[in-house]
Amino acid sequence: MRAFTYTQASDAPAALQAVIKNPEAKFIGGGTNLVDLMREGVERPNEVVDINSLPFKQIEELPDGGVRLGALARNSHTANHPLVRQRYPVLAQALLSAASPQLRNLATNAGNLLQRTRCYYFYDVTAPCNKRQPGSGCAAIHSVNRIHAILGTSEQCIATHPSDMAVALSVLDATVQVQGTEAARTIPIEEFHRLPGDTPERDTNLGHDELITAIDLPAVPFATNSLYLKVRDRPSYAFALVSVAAVLELEDKQIKNVRLALGGVAHKPWRAHAAEAALLGKPATVENFRQAAEAELQTAIAYEHNAFKIELAKRTIVRALLTLTERQPLA
Amino acid sequence: MPYSIDQILRGNIPRVERLPPTAADPSVVPVSLRINGHTHDLQLEPRVSLLDALREFIGLTGTKKGCNQGACGACTVLINGERVNSCLTFAIMHQGQDITTIEGLGTPDDLHPLQAAFIEHDGYQCGYCTPGQICSAVAMLKEVEQGDASLITPSLGATNVELTDEEIRERMSGNVCRCGAYLGIVDSIRAVYEQQKGQ
Repeated sequence: MRAFTYTQASDAPAALQAVIKNPEAKFIGGGTNLVDLMREGVERPNEVVDINSLPFKQIEELPDGGVRLGALARNSHTANHPLVRQRYPVLAQALLSAASPQLRNLATNAGNLLQRTRCYYFYDVTAPCNKRQPGSGCAAIHSVNRIHAILGTSEQCIATHPSDMAVALSVLDATVQVQGTEAARTIPIEEFHRLPGDTPERDTNLGHDELITAIDLPAVPFATNSLYLKVRDRPSYAFALVSVAAVLELEDKQIKNVRLALGGVAHKPWRAHAAEAALLGKPATVENFRQAAEAELQTAIAYEHNAFKIELAKRTIVRALLTLTERQPLA
Repeated sequence: MPYSIDQILRGNIPRVERLPPTAADPSVVPVSLRINGHTHDLQLEPRVSLLDALREFIGLTGTKKGCNQGACGACTVLINGERVNSCLTFAIMHQGQDITTIEGLGTPDDLHPLQAAFIEHDGYQCGYCTPGQICSAVAMLKEVEQGDASLITPSLGATNVELTDEEIRERMSGNVCRCGAYLGIVDSIRAVYEQQKGQ
């Protein structure tokens, strides 16, 4: 691992000053992804700015009935906070489905959003990778790409975003609260992560001189009927092949509210707007669920080893909606 | 044999002398860690992981290095009572916190209930993952006691968790055993859980 200077920031302005002075500096929160990437030589900061003493650990109710998740609250504490368990089951489940208890105890909420792809070629510093080294090419497109993306890919990059939490935040219309040197700003979760396009080296729209302070969840009363369904090679401690975050509200067997997002299929959490539009106001039937899933996956492109993800994504959407339909007490 | 079993179990083995860092070396900084109730004042590079600090600089070799990338759980220790992978964090980030390793849980003469249960129920074969398994299980039982849910907990609304064998397996999935001693590991943990519940 490249040697680095360790700086402990006492407050947000000091943390921001440190990274503005040094463009190579990186913030560290839980570090579970950053330390690993530094050991592999994928990330090579010459300075690490520890932000763990900043006051962003709280989880609290907002005046409008929403909940604010501190950027530095740990994934384990967030998953098990009563407000999250009671009001946003989809988020609690997404968090509890990710990594292992040991990792969740270190991993922070902001760090979860900023974790990098687990594409093997991104991790292998001897392989070409446009995300790690812009312009070097993409090894995944013509190699082993079973875990790679089927939606929103580009010729530059077919990596997926690994977060489960971000997929749940997508259906909750969460916002990311960001502090810059001049001002604070709010980034809707859907605009936080990027599709690869011609700049796959940029995962998010967060600037180097910006710091996440919190993630805000709006009040979503019907999110009490929600779930996170994660399909993977083994039932625990594995990344998603395909996952679905779903929220459903029925009225007289008709779909009154529905929100869907897919994980494991794209460079960002994939909010399934086409499927949602196809479902709204329709009867909650398997046929309608399947039709909506077909609509969402219409633009999917398979590579040599990941064609199975297209059918898997459709079936996972149907199963998630069926499960929520059965759970919903008929009005 | 140069060292007694007791010395080995306690990690009480003289370390190979390391060249003392020169005072002028700017890469080395003072780091003070509180481990198993004792304070250790070290001179470390910031890039030294908590795992390497424990094993290579303090001589507490009970904590094991398996994968060194957060995939196996052999390096599990407790920080302020919570289980973490010591390979994925820098030692310098944990000054002022209470770190507990397997050496701090029990001694050969006075085993922790989980250590005793692992012997009783064949919770290991080669033993390499065992310190991590036991540290992890200690924290896991505390999580259950405070009502934490797992992914397979039937109701997120309930705060009372029934620790079934399936729950034990899900909650211990961060600790891999290449000998495949899982049956014994589950038995050991269930035994201590029931023992504690009966109290």
